[in-house]
Amino acid sequence: MLSIDHYLALSAVLFAVGVVGVLARRNVMVVLMSILLILNAVNLNLAAFSRLHGTADGQAFAIFVMATAAAEAAVGLGIIVAFFRNRGTVDLEEMDLLKW
Amino acid sequence: MNALVFYFFAGLAVGSAILMVTRRDPLHAAMCMASALLATAGIFLQLGAEFLFIVQIFLLVGAVMALFVFVARSLDFEAGKIRRKTGRRWAVAGILGIIVAGQMWFAIAAGRTSLRLPEMQANIAPQNTEAVGNALFHSLVVPFGITSVLLLVTMIGVTLMWNRRA
Repeated sequence: MLSIDHYLALSAVLFAVGVVGVLARRNVMVVLMSILLILNAVNLNLAAFSRLHGTADGQAFAIFVMATAAAEAAVGLGIIVAFFRNRGTVDLEEMDLLKW
Repeated sequence: MNALVFYFFAGLAVGSAILMVTRRDPLHAAMCMASALLATAGIFLQLGAEFLFIVQIFLLVGAVMALFVFVARSLDFEAGKIRRKTGRRWAVAGILGIIVAGQMWFAIAAGRTSLRLPEMQANIAPQNTEAVGNALFHSLVVPFGITSVLLLVTMIGVTLMWNRRA
């Protein structure tokens, strides 16, 4: 029988994979996708708790997270395209203009 | 049957996510990410969240991943190919990922005994979309309006960014 723990464990695993992607990859596009994966893991938690408590509020919150994720992807890709036009690369290590 | 559906989609989601993080080509990563998002959509459906299921497919798989593929194809990644070794980065990230997963595992294990969560409800309502709409337009109507402002700001900002001449 499925309980809330199953969904929490799956969400934790997806979150951890997303964290590894953010930390390990140097291609900015894959880092952006990993952030999307982290937000997706949060959505899974919200939907599971919404089912647990029998109300739809968690799912409404997940809609907000999805809207934010879409906005973040659009802005992030815009920054990547602008950066690629200026520097000719998408390597995270090259993004050091603000490094002191 | 329900558990079988869950385990199928959970395995698909975790496998696609790991592939997404490890593939070298950003286009392959985008395809694996789309697969992971579709698997999560399947779990939403299994949870009885039909509205989230269809929004996930339309918005994230249909729009956002299409945008990623479009950018991956329009930029010439070969020009800035990353050649340096990344072994140490992977080691540090792997250790931190295991620590994060372990912390959450501990939190789940501690929570199930101390929080005394109730059993899963059978289902929210036969009309899931109606229930979500009620929540969005009654108790959460102010955040809903703020989200529209966020999307407007995003639209203006991205239009400005993409139009600028190099």
